Amino acid sequence: MGNYFQEEIECAPIEKIKALQDELLPKQVRYVWENVPYYRKKMEAHGVTPKDIKSTADLYKLPFMSKADLRDAYPYGLLAVPLKDCVRIHSTSGTTGKRVIIFYTQEDIDLWNDCTARAIVAAGGTKEDVCQVAYGYGLFTGGAGLDGGSHKVGCLTVPMSSGNTERQIMFIMDLQATIICCTPSYAAYIGETFKEMGYKPEDIPLKAGIFGAEAWSEEMRHDIEKTLGIKAYDIYGLTEISGPGVAFECSEQKGMHINEDHFLAEIIDPDTGEVLPEGTQGELVFTALDKKAFPLIRYRTRDICTLTREKCSCGRTHVRMTKPKGRSDDMLIIRGVNVFPSQIETVLMNNGYAANYQIIVGRVNNTDTFEVKVEMTPDMFTDNVGEVQARRKVLEDGLRAMLGIKAKVTLVAPKSITRSEGKAVRVIDTRKI
Amino acid sequence: MSVNQVSVFLENKPGTLNKMTEVLASHNINIRALSLAETSEFGIVRMLVNDVFEATNILKENNFVATLTSVLAYTIEDKAGYLNNLLEKFSEANVNIEYMYAFAGKEHAYMIFRVNDTKKAEALLKSKGLKSLTQEEIAAV
Repeated sequence: MGNYFQEEIECAPIEKIKALQDELLPKQVRYVWENVPYYRKKMEAHGVTPKDIKSTADLYKLPFMSKADLRDAYPYGLLAVPLKDCVRIHSTSGTTGKRVIIFYTQEDIDLWNDCTARAIVAAGGTKEDVCQVAYGYGLFTGGAGLDGGSHKVGCLTVPMSSGNTERQIMFIMDLQATIICCTPSYAAYIGETFKEMGYKPEDIPLKAGIFGAEAWSEEMRHDIEKTLGIKAYDIYGLTEISGPGVAFECSEQKGMHINEDHFLAEIIDPDTGEVLPEGTQGELVFTALDKKAFPLIRYRTRDICTLTREKCSCGRTHVRMTKPKGRSDDMLIIRGVNVFPSQIETVLMNNGYAANYQIIVGRVNNTDTFEVKVEMTPDMFTDNVGEVQARRKVLEDGLRAMLGIKAKVTLVAPKSITRSEGKAVRVIDTRKI
Repeated sequence: MSVNQVSVFLENKPGTLNKMTEVLASHNINIRALSLAETSEFGIVRMLVNDVFEATNILKENNFVATLTSVLAYTIEDKAGYLNNLLEKFSEANVNIEYMYAFAGKEHAYMIFRVNDTKKAEALLKSKGLKSLTQEEIAAV
């Protein structure tokens, strides 16, 4: 059972973790109050000052933060350190097309890398392993996050990034990679490609996979485990809080342990904001306890899940969260990318279409399909097929530029998009997750 | 003179063309000529009808996207070689054809042409001795 990266903290008695959180929270609240005017204003408006926060029991007194705050404060408004102390940014899409930029100091990166290192070790990783990181590298936190963890563990890190599947397979075989990190849909795709190339699971050197950034079902886990001949581990995170590794699965695979020495988790009622007792399903809220550059307090993830403190036989004591069961907003995660319907609306409006559309998301061969139906308008119509196709292409290119993933645009007849009780049905998601 | 053609957007699935003809039939619109361009997802119907304005209005009322497009119509003899003669004039005048379709009347056959710049093409073809049909003439055949 001894697969720990930082055993003294991962397996610390609950009382010790609580004591650490009780010590860190008041300090962190004072830190943001003193360094981030946006927070100070928000707390003042809420009638709370750092004096009111003596321990985690006072957490409920603090105001929530949401993606809207990140947008309002874009780009530097939530920065708590001078820019010269920052060493990196990552970015994720925002609700109205404006991206969210998160800053990191070297300390922030170190603590984040510790978290992903814990995930890799929990999946059986040691310095003997060859760890292929097939998450995208770049603004997305997937590649950099697992890359950093893999270095901390001392694995031989193969920084593949995503795509070029045959080259991925060549490196897995030639370097005898034992761990792979990517989105579950890409893992499934790699598995299918292995099969097509004539490899059997026993021919594949991989033993474990760390998969996250999108929702996946138990069926999908079994499929991936079977085709690749590995054990598949889930990992959770969000760029706003640091990136993947906020929580990770252990060998028991009964929920993901939240790294509570860095991230304080709450479950709230998404409608009232009221804190819910342990074991109740609700919206996950995080407070980063010791981040320096971009320290979010009570950040609403919009992910719906349940927390449990039941003893885990892996030996870790940190609270476990279930896989997110859904969202309390309308965000979709498609091929690992956050997609808000409002972003699609923006692209349509910018191109002169009425905002009448329908998003159809499905899953074929474990890969998300993404179609946007757009109602034809007199302004967009011409009698020339090539011209109509070209306009459709302009929309596809616009969506790709906005979202970073490809959507298939289908032009449909006016008023053909299903309306129920006068309200158009904007999203049809047939994925079974 | 150019002629007004009704162009309609249709989804490429069973029943959509019939839904359109149903609307036209119920308003007593007579289709004189029709051509259909299709892709895997949508189609564009191009047609000449007896009352273009009435046709576009009722199609719009019934949630179709329908527009009027200027096209050129020419008479040809219903005999071998006449289309060739006509197209030779297009070549000489250097007029590019986007699409074309035909229909046969009682005495003659008629060709409908969609070109890039209708007015310019019409003038060029006129200088080559080709006279295009008017809306009234087309309605009378």
